Amino acid sequence: MKHPTPQPLLEEIKVPIIEVKNLTYTYPGSTNPALQNVNLTINKGEFVVLTGPSGCGKTTLCRCFNGLIPHFYYGDLKGEVYVVGLSVQENPTFKLAQYVGFVFQNPENQLFALSVEKDVAFGLENLGLPREEIKNRVEWALDMTGIKDLREAAPYELSGGQQQRAAIASILAMKPEIIVLDEPTSFLDSLAARTIFDVVSKLRRELGITIILVEHRLDLVSSYSNRVIIMDKGRIKLDGEPKKILNLNEVQLYGIGIPKVTRLYQALLAEGVKLTKVPVTADETAELLRSTLRHDRS
Amino acid sequence: MIEVNDVHFTYPTGVKVLNGVSIKIDYGEFLAIMGENGAGKTTLVKHFNGLLKPSQGEIIVDGVSTTKVSVAKLSRKIGLVFQNPDHQFFCETVEEEIAFGLRNFGFSEEAIKEKVDWALNLLDLGDYRRTSPFMLSGGEKKRLALAAVLTWDPNVLILDEPTVGQDYNQKEKLRQFILKLNSKGKTVIIVTHDIEFVAECNPRVVILSHGRIIADGPAKKVLTNYDQMREASLIPPQITQVFLKLADMGFAADIIDVNEARGKLIDYLRGLSK
Amino acid sequence: MMLFQGFRFKRVSTWMHRMDPRIKLLLSCSFFVAFLYTELLPLIIAFLIQVPMVLSAHVVREWLGTLKGGIFFAILILVMNMLTGSTLTYSIAMVLRFLILISAFSIFFLTTRPDDLGAALEKMGVPYDYSFMFTTAVRYVPVLATEALTIMDAQRSRGLEMEKGNIVKRVKNFIPVLIPLLVNSIRRSLEMAEAMESRAWGATKKRTSLYVPKLKTIDYVLLSLIVVAIFFAVYIRLYWAIPAIELTTP
Repeated sequence: MKHPTPQPLLEEIKVPIIEVKNLTYTYPGSTNPALQNVNLTINKGEFVVLTGPSGCGKTTLCRCFNGLIPHFYYGDLKGEVYVVGLSVQENPTFKLAQYVGFVFQNPENQLFALSVEKDVAFGLENLGLPREEIKNRVEWALDMTGIKDLREAAPYELSGGQQQRAAIASILAMKPEIIVLDEPTSFLDSLAARTIFDVVSKLRRELGITIILVEHRLDLVSSYSNRVIIMDKGRIKLDGEPKKILNLNEVQLYGIGIPKVTRLYQALLAEGVKLTKVPVTADETAELLRSTLRHDRS
Repeated sequence: MIEVNDVHFTYPTGVKVLNGVSIKIDYGEFLAIMGENGAGKTTLVKHFNGLLKPSQGEIIVDGVSTTKVSVAKLSRKIGLVFQNPDHQFFCETVEEEIAFGLRNFGFSEEAIKEKVDWALNLLDLGDYRRTSPFMLSGGEKKRLALAAVLTWDPNVLILDEPTVGQDYNQKEKLRQFILKLNSKGKTVIIVTHDIEFVAECNPRVVILSHGRIIADGPAKKVLTNYDQMREASLIPPQITQVFLKLADMGFAADIIDVNEARGKLIDYLRGLSK
Repeated sequence: MMLFQGFRFKRVSTWMHRMDPRIKLLLSCSFFVAFLYTELLPLIIAFLIQVPMVLSAHVVREWLGTLKGGIFFAILILVMNMLTGSTLTYSIAMVLRFLILISAFSIFFLTTRPDDLGAALEKMGVPYDYSFMFTTAVRYVPVLATEALTIMDAQRSRGLEMEKGNIVKRVKNFIPVLIPLLVNSIRRSLEMAEAMESRAWGATKKRTSLYVPKLKTIDYVLLSLIVVAIFFAVYIRLYWAIPAIELTTP
């Protein structure tokens, strides 16, 4: 099965779409800050994988992108967060929601209506868009996520993977520039997880939507992304291309599960066998091994 | 030991989930039950402690049919830890939560005190003794759920999807914990769809698909059988996938582990340079 | 349990399903005219009128389920009436009135999508917040039911025996089920609120709706028929002598 290669950034001009400066945040009633002095710029069109051990602050950081922090969670927010040029502190969640879509971990609690179609329309209804516009966008979103045939289905009739696609469709209908997904495949098996990543990747490729994905399963997701950010204890520790970052020894410190094939690369390296590239997928590894083994033969 | 004899099960809603399952599990075994969502894995293990009774066929635990024993009696021997810890916490403190099961089984107050201490220690929850279970982090809650069952020392421990939502460190700790328990003689059954976790544990693997067992054997054999895995909508471990693609180069077909892979590749290279 | 199944929407497409929910509600409510009568003949007719509705709506099995589930209450009513000195005829009439009403409302709920009902309520002037609360509650009923069963399973696996003990013990044994259910419901509400905010909840006071119930010709026709029927029922009560069917206790 061929993995899609991450698209290079649209033109070499990097347009920042999220800017975070000296962000420190503490939840109400807490003594320790959940985020400490975070500085980050995310450019338009990137596919960012945000990862780190439990409690590192990745979900907290995501909540700062669509205004749930500080408007829903309150707490003490210091520093600056700008999304699509808008200050998160100064704009209400319903305004930011039009630029930043958020897909949550549990599909059950983000689908409110009794049919997929009505759920996809929900956000648009909230925005007071004209009915014709809503109808068109719902059609389009269902089509883009491949669930047109599930239009009339009730949430409890859907599998976890289908529910998550419905959730993505309902966010997509709002035409956001950024979509944040917080461990969307936690409850799904590997095949369903792959489908979700395929859909999200397609949205980025075809619509230029910036993707921020919080995920533990790096073996499944590394090939889709062009940037990995590793957090620990409220700080950003590592940030860069997946192949570079996942290969660093430092990564072990943060308890990140790097893809097994990357481990194999490291194990071979320790024995003096160097593959020409650092692999993150099985396909890549097979190709690299094939050429290396043949090469060493001659 | 647990004997499952041609068990069929249909839910009251009319959905038939188990279509003739037969399996024997001996004491001391380490078993992983895998399959896609809806294949019947959780339904099957709920039969082991009597929560569900077969529509057809029977389950025999230590020579007695599960229809003849209460769930409470069976649970004393077979501990089932559910996937979501939030589905069971209701006490004011962690120690009361652990004591709950012991009280239900009629242990003396002295024994309860001793066993609660032991369980807190075993799962490294000593600092949280007086904490409210609702204040714990996700990982701590999972440990508490485990402690609350291990405390009465059942012979068999069944874990339903223990790795969901866990980060790598937590999974590693869990894996080592399970292996330690198993090495001490406890029968461990995990229900999961986490292939890489199972590959690292290397247990006996049973695959369920559409309510039937389609594979049963050592991890190395089962996880590398591409056709069977595909039938159950499972993806083989990453390392296995690599070697499947290199099958024409003469490698063994049953590699699931990084270390073994490295070993075989180095051997291949050394063999070549001879 | 069977009683509840008779009130769950069944997805089929028949003329009853397509009827505007407001008119349908009126239809079900119109059966309250049964309370004008204590004679058996009109009550039997009122009950039988519902049968063709049930048949054309393809909800026979579920409707029968409602009646079956209502038997307990039916017997209770019968016994209570007989014990307080009413005649057999009168007691049976009371039972029929009860059955007519639960039947009428069962038909309503079986053929009306909860969200269509929500939309109808909205059109009738109920603020969106309330109709949303209603449809969301309905949407989560199956989720809660499953969760309750899972929680019970989890606690039983810890040795809790729910079927044993005296009344005090049994009530106590509900706590390990009730508390997790409550806590999870609160957590669920918070997660839902987050998700709602993330979908621009509260962006504007003038919310649009994808579907708005519109009265079609058929709805007006039915409306007229219902009005006529009610009028007729009242007229009969006031001016006609109703042939009596008397049942004597043996």
